Amino acid sequence: MPQQLQNTAYVGGLSNPPVVSAQAFRAAMNAMARPGRTEEINGAIPPDGISVAAGSLLLTLCDPETGVYLAPDVDSEVLRGWLAFHTGAPIVAAEQADFALGSWAALTPLDRFRIGTPEYPDRSATLIVEVPGFGAPNAVLSGPGIKDAAKMALPDLAAFQNNTLLYPLGVDFFFTCGTQVAALPRSTQISAEA
Amino acid sequence: MNTKFSAEERKGWMSLLASADEVRLAELWQEYGADPACEWLRAPEAGGVMVRGRMGGSGASFNLGEMTVTRCALSLEDGTVGHGYVQGRSKAKAGMAAKIDALMQTGAAAGLSTAVLEPLAAERKARKTARAAKAAATKVEFFTMVRGED
Repeated sequence: MPQQLQNTAYVGGLSNPPVVSAQAFRAAMNAMARPGRTEEINGAIPPDGISVAAGSLLLTLCDPETGVYLAPDVDSEVLRGWLAFHTGAPIVAAEQADFALGSWAALTPLDRFRIGTPEYPDRSATLIVEVPGFGAPNAVLSGPGIKDAAKMALPDLAAFQNNTLLYPLGVDFFFTCGTQVAALPRSTQISAEA
Repeated sequence: MNTKFSAEERKGWMSLLASADEVRLAELWQEYGADPACEWLRAPEAGGVMVRGRMGGSGASFNLGEMTVTRCALSLEDGTVGHGYVQGRSKAKAGMAAKIDALMQTGAAAGLSTAVLEPLAAERKARKTARAAKAAATKVEFFTMVRGED
């Protein structure tokens, strides 16, 4: 491994892991509990190519027992090295992944990912989708964690609606951009904004 | 980066540092003198690892037991990365091990090897031999005495 590459894989971990990862976990949990709301998440400084939010999520959620799938647009030797050093998480194929990271275009089609089984719906993948921004909302969300209705910008309505139909199976989503994270659990009902 | 060492050699010194006696290691490290500036990539942290074994080197693996391990990673000013994985809870020892690992990848390897690693290796060997000799002394030889009948 060239020196340069080797070192970028080592820097940028959580500065004070017990505290920072607890804060990041709280941000992720709140985002998942309130679909559509964005939360601030930071702590990690990942290699170029992925956002601070996505890097912090990975360092908080992954360990040697969670398989991570890196979509072709984010996959790199440096990122693999960085994940290996800081989390020990194995890199696996999409079909075995507990977590997947990439842009929406690179992660689709969704039917590659595990959706759990009726006995164990938790054995499903969580997708971390890198988005260019939380722009103008195009979807109205309702369901658990939403009082009346929430609005959110989603890359593709149909795919998320199909995922909701699988409930209680299905995958869950985090959307990351910069230091912000939003989430969309499988329990949320999605309709197009009128 | 200096690549004049094999993975096998590195394994050798990592293993030596992992099980070295902390007091003795600190002594030798003091005598060696140099204490290069470095930056933590991972500050020393203690944790547990599950040691697994196999009967006779084959067969199904089983959990032998947990042991405490302290680990850390650092980089020297020239960017060389050193890792320390040592037995026990001593953060100082993990730091020394990581520094030695980093220096062993640089031009200082030969001097450091003579000053620190070789004495440690010799002492480990002496300990092993002494233990083997002690065990050998308790070995019982079975033989049949002449019974004295016909």
